[in-house]
Amino acid sequence: MDIYGETFESRLMLGTARYPSPDVLKAAIAASGAQIVTVSLRRESAGERAGQAFWDIIRETGCRVLPNTAGCHSVSEAVTTAQMAREVFGTDWVKIEVIGDADTLQPDLFGLVEATRVLSEEGFKVLAYTTEDLVAADRLVEAGCRVLMPWGSPIGSARGLNNVYGLRAMRARFPDLTLIVDAGLGVPSHAAHAMELGYDGVLLSSAVALAGDPVGMAKGFRLAVEAGRLGFTSGPLAPRDMAEPSTPVLGLASFA
Amino acid sequence: MKIIVNGESAEVEAATLAGALEELGYGEALVATALNREFVPAPLRGETRLSENDRIEIIAPMQGG
Repeated sequence: MDIYGETFESRLMLGTARYPSPDVLKAAIAASGAQIVTVSLRRESAGERAGQAFWDIIRETGCRVLPNTAGCHSVSEAVTTAQMAREVFGTDWVKIEVIGDADTLQPDLFGLVEATRVLSEEGFKVLAYTTEDLVAADRLVEAGCRVLMPWGSPIGSARGLNNVYGLRAMRARFPDLTLIVDAGLGVPSHAAHAMELGYDGVLLSSAVALAGDPVGMAKGFRLAVEAGRLGFTSGPLAPRDMAEPSTPVLGLASFA
Repeated sequence: MKIIVNGESAEVEAATLAGALEELGYGEALVATALNREFVPAPLRGETRLSENDRIEIIAPMQGG
């Protein structure tokens, strides 16, 4: 998987939030095989220093970090958050989220394009959390984005791929761009489906963190991503309406 | 001088953002700062002067999805 010129063997990115404990988080990251994990920023209390402790845990994993702008509802919030993330995490990568709808957490595509333009001009490498909208995708690419992250379905909904046609169309429109399905995946088959469509990778968080056994689910998703990728690259059989015998009929014994 | 730190009132004697961070107990903590909604890079904190009722955000790494 190519992220702004860097190649990663793993095609699974993993969130770090809502795990039952730091130990389970570390074990789940290891079981998932993820080389990139998502992180965020919040107000720090001088007394608790909770952020420092979390950062130590993440550094131990050796993973690359992808800061997000989760919770931002405006361009200025997203831009300022990205600037602060670049300093704290020491990376130009940023997953831009500009949330436009409170119920679905659907991205505000207009704000997303503007934030992407501003940040790209400042040297950021933007990974845009978007929908499958092709016009917005065109605008994002024009604004400098080279990694699009369309939703599978609303964040945390575990509904899988809501619009397979839209995701397929996006893959066809941008054959050379890195496309990652982000959000809404619930079970490993959802990830396999995204990979079979030709997506370069998936990003998941709650599906693993909130599973009964996060480590087991992380392994399940790792296997599904690998299986789905092989399904895409190995020349899948085209569907047809009627049966075709899988056992050759030539030389069949006659008992009539 | 009274300022607002992460949404809560605070009283500081320091005249600069760097001084305020030290005074508030952040010391060498890995944090990023914003003053009145504008990002202030770490190297500029020492020359960033504070005024009464300034709003400071001090943020650090957190779990994300």
